[in-house]
Amino acid sequence: MAEVKLYGFWPSPYSHRIIWALKLKGVEYEYIEEDLSNKSESLLKYNPVYKKTPVLVHGDKPIAESLVILEYIEETWPENPLLPKDPYERAMARFWIQYGVDTVAALRAFYQGSGEELEKAATELLESLKILEEQGLGDKRFFGGESMNLVDISYGALGYWLAAVEEVKGVKVLEPSTLPRLHAWAKNLDELPVVKGKHSGL
Amino acid sequence: MAADEQVTLLDTWASSIGMRVRIALAEKGVKYEFIEQDLWNKSGLLLQMNPVHKKIPVLVHNGKPVCESLVIVQYIDEVWKDKAPLLPSDPYQRAQSRFWADFVDKKIYEHGRKIMTTKVEDQEAAGKKDFIDTLKLMEGELGDKPYFGGETLGYVDVALLPYCCWFYTYENILNFSLEADCPKLNAYCKRCLQKESVSKSLEDPKKIYDFALKLRKKLGVE
Repeated sequence: MAEVKLYGFWPSPYSHRIIWALKLKGVEYEYIEEDLSNKSESLLKYNPVYKKTPVLVHGDKPIAESLVILEYIEETWPENPLLPKDPYERAMARFWIQYGVDTVAALRAFYQGSGEELEKAATELLESLKILEEQGLGDKRFFGGESMNLVDISYGALGYWLAAVEEVKGVKVLEPSTLPRLHAWAKNLDELPVVKGKHSGL
Repeated sequence: MAADEQVTLLDTWASSIGMRVRIALAEKGVKYEFIEQDLWNKSGLLLQMNPVHKKIPVLVHNGKPVCESLVIVQYIDEVWKDKAPLLPSDPYQRAQSRFWADFVDKKIYEHGRKIMTTKVEDQEAAGKKDFIDTLKLMEGELGDKPYFGGETLGYVDVALLPYCCWFYTYENILNFSLEADCPKLNAYCKRCLQKESVSKSLEDPKKIYDFALKLRKKLGVE
């Protein structure tokens, strides 16, 4: 089998998504840490359009953009499927993954805000997550049902990453009182072997 | 398509992302009902079918709604898989198609919205050069192929082609010429418009410009 390399950046949830997917699929890979303040020639060669991580290189073929990489991993290593088989269910999964792209803006505003702006960002993030909890997750343990799938992977940052930001900001958004099901989901996710220990010390 | 299949598209005539769905359905030969939406006075049907975003396009297939234009296009490709495949079969080629369609979303769709909500005199500062550079990058990616999909129209073409009827509007607002600055892209649009699935799905560029001016007046930027 051709070699798999992952160019990543350790603090970035986008890189973690790829690591979790590769682990869930049991794919051996070489991880290469990028210094984003001093980008390697390889990164610039493999992702000339955005010059960002993560980039997966399979053999000599590079793939950039984490969500594109996740779909590639799913299709290339079909064992332990991470997307539903039914086209409608797949469309729903992709819809919720796309919803996460919009949530990133709310997360960023929360991360960067202070004072009144922080309060406003926290409220908007909460509203955004309420919709995710109610209509996306519902009463399921994971977005993928009994086990995690690409949707869970795409929301991974809502666990440890958001908790770290909440601690720094001194403002909590994802709590048992405000988002009980989503909070429980985040805890369940953090307990999974592929996730646990990946982000210690963050 | 089975006789009892019901396909409805909730859309607005001028929407570049709605046009993506129209092209995909036309390529697959799927008959559907087009229901024009009033986004200033949203219908109960739209609110019911897209409660999360309350936006178009929404494809309703046998009563079940699918939202987000590229999610819809992938759904169409998977359901009506026996005709005119939009995504290639090889996973790496599929990844490249997804990458470039996402690029169209990030760089052209998003900037298009900025163009529409920015005054003419502020367009240079708002990234006019970046927009034209983006179009040149797309030209590079097209290369000598007739379509981004290769010999046949594909996923990236579906994502990009609606702009062929919006370029006239952008040319006027940004004060540039697609033919002069991006001749390959200009030729690509002309060529693709010869396909019925494309010409029937897009709107008249002058009608789009008229619509755009009215909308810009409403938004206070014209």
